[in-house]
Amino acid sequence: MEFLNTFINGLSVGGVYAMIALGYTMVYGIAKMLNFAHGDIIMVGAYLIVLFLPINPIVAIIAAIILCAILGIFIEKIAYKPLRGASPLAVLITAIGVSYLLQSLAQIIAGPNTYYPDPLSKLFPEFMGEPTYGIITIGSFSIKLSTLITLICVAIVMTALTLFVKYTRTGRAMVAVSEDKGAAQLMGINVNHIIMITFAIGSALAALASILTTFDASKVSTTMGSLPGIKAFAAAVIGGIGSIPGAMLGGIILGLVECFAQAVPAIAPYTVTIEFSLLIIMLLVKPTGILGKKRREKV
Amino acid sequence: MAMLEVHDLEVYYGVIRALKGISFEVNKGEIVTLIGANGAGKTTTMQSVVGLIPKRSGSVIFDGHDITKTPCHKIVHLGMTQVPEGRRIFQELSVYDNLLMGAYSMKNQSSFKSDLEAIYTRFPRLAERKNQIAGTLSGGEQQMLAMGRAIMSHPKLLMLDEPSMGLSPLLVDQVFEIIKDINKDGTTILLVEQNAGKSLAISDRAYVLENGSIVLSGTGNELASSEMVRKAYLGG
Repeated sequence: MEFLNTFINGLSVGGVYAMIALGYTMVYGIAKMLNFAHGDIIMVGAYLIVLFLPINPIVAIIAAIILCAILGIFIEKIAYKPLRGASPLAVLITAIGVSYLLQSLAQIIAGPNTYYPDPLSKLFPEFMGEPTYGIITIGSFSIKLSTLITLICVAIVMTALTLFVKYTRTGRAMVAVSEDKGAAQLMGINVNHIIMITFAIGSALAALASILTTFDASKVSTTMGSLPGIKAFAAAVIGGIGSIPGAMLGGIILGLVECFAQAVPAIAPYTVTIEFSLLIIMLLVKPTGILGKKRREKV
Repeated sequence: MAMLEVHDLEVYYGVIRALKGISFEVNKGEIVTLIGANGAGKTTTMQSVVGLIPKRSGSVIFDGHDITKTPCHKIVHLGMTQVPEGRRIFQELSVYDNLLMGAYSMKNQSSFKSDLEAIYTRFPRLAERKNQIAGTLSGGEQQMLAMGRAIMSHPKLLMLDEPSMGLSPLLVDQVFEIIKDINKDGTTILLVEQNAGKSLAISDRAYVLENGSIVLSGTGNELASSEMVRKAYLGG
């Protein structure tokens, strides 16, 4: 039972990493850049929840997702688009700059306070209070409501995204652009438009990830996006950066490793060390990641 | 009437002047070929005409529109489609999805099914392999797919960059037959080839490109019998 609980927790934590990792990997696949401001979208999403929660929890969730998608498009337009064709280093430095900019703006606007928005207790006030405290018990098995919702959301998002990429014209165009921008343009595909859609999807997923994080009543602060952001980046690389199933797999693996490491008292303090060691080992053994393909360089 | 007019086109790669102000035209219904050695500027010409490579100066008029500054993805909508050098099919997508991408520019998707059927009739091998990942096709099949993908957009002008490259002699003949067929169906063709003999034989007119300049032009027959072309491109 202990094992099963840890496993389910790992799936749920990993699912959130996977959701964030999808943003990194899709943007990398299509715009060939590492968007290091991606983690801070999580933070912005969480503050939007704090801001809109007094109005209505459902409104807060929808607003956070939509506004983060718009923010993603906006950042791409003003910060990254002018650098299309510039050296990768210039784009990388810009992304780090955007990351600090978002953190500083949040600090100025929201002040130094930390918040605990806990939207779940607003959504299900009865259930989150006594006597269950948000825990569903079936026989000897129990699961937190937040974990259950996270698992459901992750399953829906991954299925929807996979179907979108596989079976829609826009989804196929995304794969085409990630493979060969020039040939895609020759087909009449507007590459800028596809990049914009990619940023919108990635940022909306980051917002959703942040909402799921706040479901666990975690705190909201200006630097809260950094660690999950960097872990999700590690997950994307482990799975194979640029690969959508890779990001899903990498996220789940990292979440499972994290939860199982935390379950063993002797190694629990080294959880983060173990997670990033996994990244280093992967880079040494198979730098392209589990599902990554070696791309032939075009002359 | 000229369908494509290129005037004084100049292209630079950094400080290197790759195209030194070339002018040519393609009339409606014609097959026109640009021949030349490796590095003469053939692919540069093709790619700069559609806006894949920036032009330094000059102008391009297509079907009455000035497309000199039109972004590449909009040109397809006007009716000019290119089969690029090296085919550049989408390796990770299936044959079907490649054809779907070919039809991406079609505003009206209602003709998609019948267009697809027409492609499968013209290229039966593609029908057999429609669900196969394109990267696993043979070179000849990939060339068929690249041509099929381009035709899906109903081009008025089809540009083909080295369609015979890397193919066996039998397949080369087949590719040239298909090009003639497409032309008979009413599509104007601009062809770039190193295989001067075969391409001149099917061309109405041709231009010889050397070091970024057009040095000779004439009908296919004239060029095929010209002393200079025979020496340089037809092996004496």
